[in-house]
Amino acid sequence: MQNKPVIEVENLVKKFGSFVANDQLTFNVFKGEIFGFLGANGAGKTTAMRILCGLLSPTSGKATVAGFDVYHQQNKIKQNIGYMSQKFSLYEDLTVKENFRFYGGIYGLSKVRIDERTNELLGRLELKQVLDQQTKGLPLGWKQKLAFSLAIIHNPSIVFLDEPTGGVDPITRRQFWDMIYETALGGITVFVTTHYMDEAEYCQRVSIMVDGRIEALDTPAMLKQTYCVSSMDEVFLKLARKAPIVNQ
Amino acid sequence: MESVSVIDVSKRFGENEALQDISLSVNKGELFGIIGPDGAGKTTLFRILTTLLLPGSGKATVEGFDVAGQYRQIRRIVGYMPGRFSLYQDLTVEENLKFFASIFKTTVADNYSLIHDIYVQLEPFRNRPAGKLSGGMKQKLALCCALIHRPHVLFLDEPTTGVDAVSRREFWEILRRLKEEKITILVSTPYMDEANLCDRVALMQKGFLLSIDTPQGIIDRYHKQLWAVRGENMYSLLLHLRHFEGAHSAYLFGDSIHLTTRDESITEAQILSFIQQVTDSHIELGRIQATIEDCFMGLMETGKSAHSIE
Repeated sequence: MQNKPVIEVENLVKKFGSFVANDQLTFNVFKGEIFGFLGANGAGKTTAMRILCGLLSPTSGKATVAGFDVYHQQNKIKQNIGYMSQKFSLYEDLTVKENFRFYGGIYGLSKVRIDERTNELLGRLELKQVLDQQTKGLPLGWKQKLAFSLAIIHNPSIVFLDEPTGGVDPITRRQFWDMIYETALGGITVFVTTHYMDEAEYCQRVSIMVDGRIEALDTPAMLKQTYCVSSMDEVFLKLARKAPIVNQ
Repeated sequence: MESVSVIDVSKRFGENEALQDISLSVNKGELFGIIGPDGAGKTTLFRILTTLLLPGSGKATVEGFDVAGQYRQIRRIVGYMPGRFSLYQDLTVEENLKFFASIFKTTVADNYSLIHDIYVQLEPFRNRPAGKLSGGMKQKLALCCALIHRPHVLFLDEPTTGVDAVSRREFWEILRRLKEEKITILVSTPYMDEANLCDRVALMQKGFLLSIDTPQGIIDRYHKQLWAVRGENMYSLLLHLRHFEGAHSAYLFGDSIHLTTRDESITEAQILSFIQQVTDSHIELGRIQATIEDCFMGLMETGKSAHSIE
C-alpha cells in the first residue's frame, strides 16, 4: 500500500572517536507511515535522529530524508521536516498566535498562509479560544498538542516526534495519538520515539535499537509472533535486556 | 505504625493550586506510589515532605516530626532523589558519594552494605565525573547518594521518567530489595503500570487526590462495564466505536481498544452487530478486568478535575 520511501538509510555509521553510536543502520520509512523508533537509553536513537534531521553528519553510509542527502543537503532536510521534542516545544512568553507566526515565519510561509494554517490547526484542536494567551500557563496536554501542530505548520514530508507524550496524562496521551493518526492519514510520515510500550502497538512498523544496531524491524504483530510473546513490552525486554541483570 | 502523615495540605503558587486538600498516610516500611501525570502535584508534595517548601495550609509529619517546625530532624532522616539530576557534575562518582556521606556525618564504609548491590555497577566508573555518566548510571548514583546515610524514609521523585522499559524494571527490582531493609519508600511516577509494583498508591491529577488504595483495591472499585476489542484496522474501528450509542468511552490500549459501555444491558451481540456494520473481518471481543490506567482514566472523567478536561 505504501511503497514510496521518504527516508532511506543504508549502512549508516556514526562514530564518536572509537565509540560506534550507529552501526550499519539500514531501513526505509514510507510515505504516510507511523514508524516507531525504539531502543534502550544509550542505544543510539538520538544520534540517528540527529542525522536524519540534518543536525549531524554520519561517518559513513548513505541516507536520504525527503529525497535530500544527509551529508550535503542538511538545510533542505530541515525545511522539509518537522520536529517536536518533549523538552522544548513552545516559546512560553509568546502567545499561541505569536508562536504560530514565529514558526510559520521560520519556514518561510506567507502571512496569509500562516493565518490559514493557524485557523485550520487550532480549529482541529478546538483551541481557538487560547489564540491570544501566553503558552506559559496552558496545561501540558494542550502545549504538547500545540507543539505538534507547530511542527507540521509547513506541511512537511515527515515529522519527527521525540518522546512527545512523556509525563502526559493517559487521556491526553490518547488524544495525542489521534492527532498522529490524522496526520499520517493526511500523508505526513510520522517518525516517533516513546518509552510507553503500549504506544509501540499504535505504530505501523517498529524498529528496536540495541547497542547502536537495529536488532528488529517489523509490524508489532509480526514482532510479537517472531519473539513468541503477547505484548510489545515483552518484545522490547527480550531484545534490550542483553546483559544479564543483577538478580541476586 | 505511621511514617508519613499528610492532613489537608494545600499549596498554591499564584493562581496555580498545586495541591488541594491532600490527606494521606504512609506506614513504616511501605512502598508507596504517587501516580499521576505532570502537573498532578507530585513534586510539590515531595518538596513539602522533605522540608524544602512550606505547606500553604494543613499539617504534615515525617516519622513524627512536623515539616514546618522540626525540619532539622527530618532532614537527618530522609533521603531525597529529585526528578532532575542534582549531583555535582564535575565531581567523580566516588567524590559525590563521599561528599553526601560527609554532610550526614557518616562514611561510605559504615553504610556500604545498603548500597552495595547498586554500587557494584558503578564501581568501574568510580573516577568518572558524574556529569559524564549515562542516564541509567546517573540514576543509580543519585540513588546511592540518597541512601548513604541510611535514611528512614526515602523520597524518589520520578526516578523512572524518560527511562527505557528495561532500566525501569531494574530500578523497581532495586526498590523491592530496599524495602526488605525496612526503609519507607515514597516514589512518584507518571507510568500507570508501575502502580502494580507498590504496596499502596495514591492517584493524583491537577493537585487533587483521585484515590488511595492497594493496586488491587483500586481495580476492585472500578465498576464500569469494560470490554476489549481487537480487529484488523484498529484506528477506523476506534472511530466507529465512538459512534456506538451504548458506548461511554473508547480508547486505544496497546493492541486492543478498551470500550466502556453505559450500563449492564449492553450485550456482546449488540456491540458485535454495531461493529459488523463497517467490517466483515474477524473481531475479538470480551469483557476484561480493568488495569490501573483504566481506573485512572475513569476517575479523571468522574473526579473533581473533570471540568478541565477537554
